[in-house]
Amino acid sequence: MGGLLEVGDLSLNFGGIKALEGVSLSVAEGETLAVIGPNGSGKTSLFNCITGIYRPTSGAIAWQGESLLGSTPDAITRRGIARTFQNLRLFHNLSVLDNLMVGRHLHFAKNLANAMLRLRGEEIRHRRRCEEIVEFLNLEPVRKSRVGDCPYGVQKRVELGRALATEPKLLLLDEPVSGLTQEEKEEFGYWVHEIRGRFGITVLFVEHDLRFASRLASRMAALDHGVKIAEGTPAEVQRHPEVIKAYLGE
Amino acid sequence: MDLIESYREDLRFARRPIARVLLGLLLAALLGLPWVAPDHLVFLATLVALYSIGVMGQNILIGYTGQISFAQAAFLAIGAFAFGHLRIGGVPFPLALVGAGTVAAVVGVLVGFPSLRLKGPYLAIATLGFGVAVYQVFVNVELLSGGRTGLAIAKLKPLFGLSAMHTQYYVYLLLLALFTLVTYNLVSSYVGRALVAVRDSDIAAEVNGVNLTRYKLLAFAISSFYTGVHGALYAQVLGHIEPQIFNILESLTLFVAVVIGGIASIEGSILGALFVIAVPKLFSEYRELVPIVYGVAILIVLMFEPLGLYGGWLKTRLYFRNWPFR
Repeated sequence: MGGLLEVGDLSLNFGGIKALEGVSLSVAEGETLAVIGPNGSGKTSLFNCITGIYRPTSGAIAWQGESLLGSTPDAITRRGIARTFQNLRLFHNLSVLDNLMVGRHLHFAKNLANAMLRLRGEEIRHRRRCEEIVEFLNLEPVRKSRVGDCPYGVQKRVELGRALATEPKLLLLDEPVSGLTQEEKEEFGYWVHEIRGRFGITVLFVEHDLRFASRLASRMAALDHGVKIAEGTPAEVQRHPEVIKAYLGE
Repeated sequence: MDLIESYREDLRFARRPIARVLLGLLLAALLGLPWVAPDHLVFLATLVALYSIGVMGQNILIGYTGQISFAQAAFLAIGAFAFGHLRIGGVPFPLALVGAGTVAAVVGVLVGFPSLRLKGPYLAIATLGFGVAVYQVFVNVELLSGGRTGLAIAKLKPLFGLSAMHTQYYVYLLLLALFTLVTYNLVSSYVGRALVAVRDSDIAAEVNGVNLTRYKLLAFAISSFYTGVHGALYAQVLGHIEPQIFNILESLTLFVAVVIGGIASIEGSILGALFVIAVPKLFSEYRELVPIVYGVAILIVLMFEPLGLYGGWLKTRLYFRNWPFR
């Protein structure tokens, strides 16, 4: 024990449906952990529990030794956990830059009077940080474009950038490369690698592309029907008989 | 070429020289209006100025934050009667104005609480209920409404040797300029971004550290403050208020102004206010047609120009900017 994030015996029921059943998972600082599993196996539910969008039925989630249960999503983000969404949840009517600036929201020294009087010292300070992310993710050409008008690949990058802008210690990526071309996947792989290397952010991600996942992950866990069926190195997990059964049947 | 060399420059108000020139011309025209226009036009301009403030407030709530509210007539009434009682109690005009806005804002926060649970049409129904309830309270409680005779409000004292009409016009114009500027600054700050984030995707906003409770209630507070001030200024213009003025139709008028002027646009709010003042005047001989005009106008806007009058202006501007290319 003593990992960055400790999920203990987590269960989540929706009426009679058991989305998660006794899942335990430990994320150590500095690692890249991939969670795999067929559709409907509870991967996203796990993410939603960690980020406070769902209230788990039972179990514990500890972040740096403190429980996250009962905290609102914004309080959890403030403590250093950021995430992206599987189906993208961007602010479609804002520019790319403004989307990143929303990610900076929790770092703003908030002062309503300054906002009304157009005193923009804070704004400029945070703008500088956003420009670093813009540069990192090659978003310069679309900086001022409305996000809703950008192509899917760009939107995926904006969402990654927005999560980075919150300066997390742990980054949850929900299917970061789904729907991207091979080239874009390569780029994304590089970015995820850099996020861990350069920014020192621990990464927990869900992915269906097993080649992508096993190349990036230092460790892997597999879920099926809300139960953790395997955990270990990517090679171990992919050869695990339960995992093969879950994906291919008997 | 339009080159921006620093972040500060990028954030400046009216950055392009052409924008500053146009803004200056507009201000000059508005300042000169009373000297060339007949009194009844000045009066209409005064009405547009005060309505613009209310529509702007409504637009912050509906347009920017995406919370549909039909309780605006209630806030108008609360603002107007708070202002009336304060003025009768001897409070000077600017303080009474702030007081009226503050009372409305406090009630606005209370009305905002359902918005934490209700979305879309359900919130609209809840706020509609509140609007009707406040109307009934004012109609039935004589202590608040001043009974059958209503409240009489003293006229503004003429300043600087201007006529009473002109003084009122200039005071209202100044207030409109002030509110417009503050709204511009607010929506382009972290507050505005947080409000739009709540509208576009509340879950993503929350996951990015925006406290939903705080920003939804803040939107209600700001919007009700504006509407309260609108009510107070309206009461000042009328000189005499009774609860029947603030019926549910007033809520609808503000809503129509927001949709037709342009959702989530400050310029649109002013254009919308102009529309809801101008239409009843133009159709003054056929009053019963006014709601029909509103309805048809909303249909046309929603079908052809979802961003309203402001969207039309944006397209015209784009046309001339790209001219002769298209």
